[in-house]
Amino acid sequence: MFNLKRTNHKPWDYRKDISGCGLSGLINTNGKRVSGEVITRSIRTQHDRGNGLGGGFAAYGIYPDFKDHYAVHVMCDSKTALNNFESFLKEVTVIDQQERIPTRASTTIRNAPLLMRYFVKPDLEADNPLFDKGMSEDDFMVRMVMKINLDVPGAFVFSSGRNMGAFKGVGYPEDIADFFRLDEYEGYIWTAHNRFPTNTPGWWGGAHPFTILDWSIVHNGEISSYGINKRYLEMFGYHCTLLTDTEVVAYLLDLLIRRHGLPIEIACLALAPPFWNEVDRMEPERKKLCEAIRMVYASALLNGPFAVLFAFNGGLVGLNDRIKLRPLIAAESGETVYMASEESAIREICPDPDKVWMPKAGEPVVVKLNKTE
Amino acid sequence: MEINAEGICYRDLNRMIRQAVSMGEQSIVLRNINGQRYIGNGIDSKIKLVVKGTPGQDMAAFMKGPEIDVEGNAQDGIGNTMDDGKIIVRGMAGDIIGYGMRGGEIYVSGDVGYRVGIHMKSSDEKNPVIVIGGKAGDFLGEYMAGGMIILLGMLSRTDKNVPLAGNFLGTGMHGGAIYTRGPVDKHSLGRGLGIREVSGQDFDIIMPYLEEFGRQFGVDVSVMLESNFYCIYPTTHRPYGNMYAY
Repeated sequence: MFNLKRTNHKPWDYRKDISGCGLSGLINTNGKRVSGEVITRSIRTQHDRGNGLGGGFAAYGIYPDFKDHYAVHVMCDSKTALNNFESFLKEVTVIDQQERIPTRASTTIRNAPLLMRYFVKPDLEADNPLFDKGMSEDDFMVRMVMKINLDVPGAFVFSSGRNMGAFKGVGYPEDIADFFRLDEYEGYIWTAHNRFPTNTPGWWGGAHPFTILDWSIVHNGEISSYGINKRYLEMFGYHCTLLTDTEVVAYLLDLLIRRHGLPIEIACLALAPPFWNEVDRMEPERKKLCEAIRMVYASALLNGPFAVLFAFNGGLVGLNDRIKLRPLIAAESGETVYMASEESAIREICPDPDKVWMPKAGEPVVVKLNKTE
Repeated sequence: MEINAEGICYRDLNRMIRQAVSMGEQSIVLRNINGQRYIGNGIDSKIKLVVKGTPGQDMAAFMKGPEIDVEGNAQDGIGNTMDDGKIIVRGMAGDIIGYGMRGGEIYVSGDVGYRVGIHMKSSDEKNPVIVIGGKAGDFLGEYMAGGMIILLGMLSRTDKNVPLAGNFLGTGMHGGAIYTRGPVDKHSLGRGLGIREVSGQDFDIIMPYLEEFGRQFGVDVSVMLESNFYCIYPTTHRPYGNMYAY
C-alpha cells in the first residue's frame, strides 16, 4: 500500500482550519462540454473545507474517441503490482489502448503511485475465468474490478466507466487538478471533492470520487451505517476495499439503479427514506411505497450526516441526509445546473445564476441529460 | 473606505478590516466578496460593514456591536455566538444562523436553512432576535434557551406547498419564544411546547422588530398584520428532565 497520511502541511507552519469536506458539481443538460479548469476554480473557492489529504474529480464525456470502451484507471504502488495487474487485465479483456495517465510535475503532489489507463472491452470468450454465460458486459466489469481490488496486491482500479474518468489523490483538489492536467479535458458533467478525512486514512485510494462503471460519488459527511451497508453489498458480490465509508454508496447505486432497475428517485428514497412518523401521515399510495422501500431496502439505508453528489453518463444527482446535517446548495443558469457545499463555489464560476435554492433534506435534486448522444 | 476583496484570502481580508477599525474607520464597504469566512468576527465597536457578494461561513461570529449589511445571500453559521449588533441579509441565509446567539439582531429578507436559532439564549441584559422574511427549514429554534425568532413567510421563493416552518420545530426548546405569521402544523412541533394566538401584550414585544424589518426591506407593517400571529413557547424549562430518571 502507498504511504498513508501524506500531508502538505509543513510541521512548523501548521495552522488549524475548521473544516468539513467540500463538494462541487455541474452538468450541462445539453451535453455541451466545458474545460476542467471551470470546476477547479469552483472547488478551489472551498479550499478551507479540506486539509490537503484528498482531492478528486469525476468527468463525463472526456473520452469521445473511445466512448464504447470501458476506461480503466488504475493506481499501483509498485512495478510488480502493475505487471500483475496488466497480465490479469490482458487475460480477461481486449485492450485497445493503454497509456500513462498524463500528469504534470508538481511541487505539492508527491509520492504519487503509478497511474495508468486502459481502454478495454470485456473478452467474453469461453475460457475467460471471470465470465459466466449470460452475464452482461457491465456485470462482468463489476466482477473484474472487485477481483482486482481484492486480489491483486498494490493495485487499485479507481475508475471503470465508459467515456468518463475519475482523477484523485492526496492533496488539495486544485493541486490534484493541476497534477492530472484537467484543464486539458472537456466534460459535460464534472464533480469535485475536497477531503478532510476524519475516520479513515488520507491515502490515494481513499480520495473521492468513488466509482464503479460510470457511477461516481463525492461525499461530505460520514456513513455511520457502513457496516450494515457493506455486509448487504457483499451478498451481491461487491467488496469494499478502499477503507472509506463512501465506497458503499457507489456500489449501492449500481445495485439499486442498474441491477434492480429502480428509478433514481426511488433509489434515493431507499438511501434516505422518510421517518416512520412522516410515513404515518402520508397518502395511502405513497405510504405503501415508502413502507415497502423501507422494509425491502432496510440494509441500504444510509445513516449519519451526508451531502452527496453522484453522477453517471445520463445525469447528476444531489442528495442530503434526512435531517440535513451537511450543507448543499443548487443553482441553475440556462442549460447548466450547479450544486455545491457553499454558494460561493457556484458564484465563482456562475456569478449571476437564474435561480439559487437550498435542497430539502432527503429530497434528491435529479438533473438528467436531455439526450445522451 | 472600500476594500476590493476579489481573490483575497479571508485571513488577509479580516486583518485589513481589523486594522482599519483600529485606525478609527467607521464604515467599510467590501466589494467582490465571495466565500471569505469570518467577516466581522469579534469586532467590538459600532462600525458599519457593507458586504457586496456572498460572504463565507461564520460571518459575524462573536461580534459585539457592528452592523453588517449583506447585499446578497449569506451562507451557513452567520451570527454564531453573536453578542451585540445587527446583521441585515438582503437575500437568503443558510443553516445554523444565530447559533448560540446571545444578543443583537439578525434580519433575513428571504428563506433560511436548517437549525436556525439553535441554542439561542438570553440574559437579564440581552435578548437576541432573529426575523425571517421567508420560510425556515427543519429544527428552527432547536434547544432554544432564550431570545426570540419571528418567522414571517412573506418573501419566500419556495413553492406554495412548502410549509412555513419545517419539522422538529423548537425541539428541545426550554426558553424564549418563536413567533410565526400564520399557523404551523401541530405535528411539526417538538415536545413540551405550547402555542397560542398572539394578542395584546405580545404585539408590543414583537412590534419594534416588525417595524425594523419593514424599514429594511420595504414591507408595510399593516400588510404583515393582515395574518394572525402565533407564539410558540416552552411549557417547561426542563422538557427532558426525567429522561434518564426511571
